[in-house]
Amino acid sequence: MTELAPSRSDIDTKLRAILRDVLGLDAERVERFDGDTGLFGHLPELDSMAVAGLLTEMEDRLDIIIEDDDVDGEMLETYGGLLAFAEAKVVEN
Amino acid sequence: MRVLVLPALFDEANKLRRLTVEVMQRLDGAGIDSVLPDLPGCNESRQPLEAQSLDHWRQCAAAAAAHFSATHVLTLRGGVLAAPPEMPGWNYAPVAGRQVLRAMLRARTIAAREAGRDETIEALQQTGRSEGVELAGWPLGPDLFAQLESAAPQPDAAQVEIDQGAIGGGALWLRAEPDESPEQADALAAAIATGLAPA
Repeated sequence: MTELAPSRSDIDTKLRAILRDVLGLDAERVERFDGDTGLFGHLPELDSMAVAGLLTEMEDRLDIIIEDDDVDGEMLETYGGLLAFAEAKVVEN
Repeated sequence: MRVLVLPALFDEANKLRRLTVEVMQRLDGAGIDSVLPDLPGCNESRQPLEAQSLDHWRQCAAAAAAHFSATHVLTLRGGVLAAPPEMPGWNYAPVAGRQVLRAMLRARTIAAREAGRDETIEALQQTGRSEGVELAGWPLGPDLFAQLESAAPQPDAAQVEIDQGAIGGGALWLRAEPDESPEQADALAAAIATGLAPA
């Protein structure tokens, strides 16, 4: 039996949970993130080490591999960009 | 009974500093001694980090266990990699050396890209193995780098794994800013105290 690919909302939920853990924000605040919410370069606590932890955690929880070349400013700049990237990676797998 | 505490490595040690100390305070309250040595080259150690190796850390952890007459070991995250495998105890959220390095390599490439330099993880790995490399402010020598790449928690070690799910809450080593959690410290200390209680 083939396992169904995780749905978009499932990826969205997991990604919000990871951001909640990384940023130490409450669920309600992360729930209000929309596609335009700024991340890297907008949130001072999200420095390169925190982003590295975020990407490594995304690999674990979404079961994806993120390559060197995948990481660019665009995918990290907004929540929408990061979600679109995560969805594309999950499909690719 | 005395517990040797082997801290998390590098940046994760900072993130887990408060949790580590809070667990020790709770163990003390429960009548359980614990000691927290610095690994050579880390925290307040006066040894240069770039001269370290994982083999040396293992020897030092074993020497510390003997010196303090520790009966058990508690490792946090990457601390597991230095633990004497035959010592009973606990591994909190153990992690392989490769994963520790991956996050640090990534942090360096992201910072480089922001600064307009192009660095690849692969090239940094090669430099790390041959001459050592500074990652996220930590100067890692070639011995430590190469040994971390292949080091993993040993499945036949005498220690019990405690994963984050058993503790509850968000993992503090992931936090962008160091934080604390009295609830998580309670849960981790309780797991250890329960493990030490006579059956």
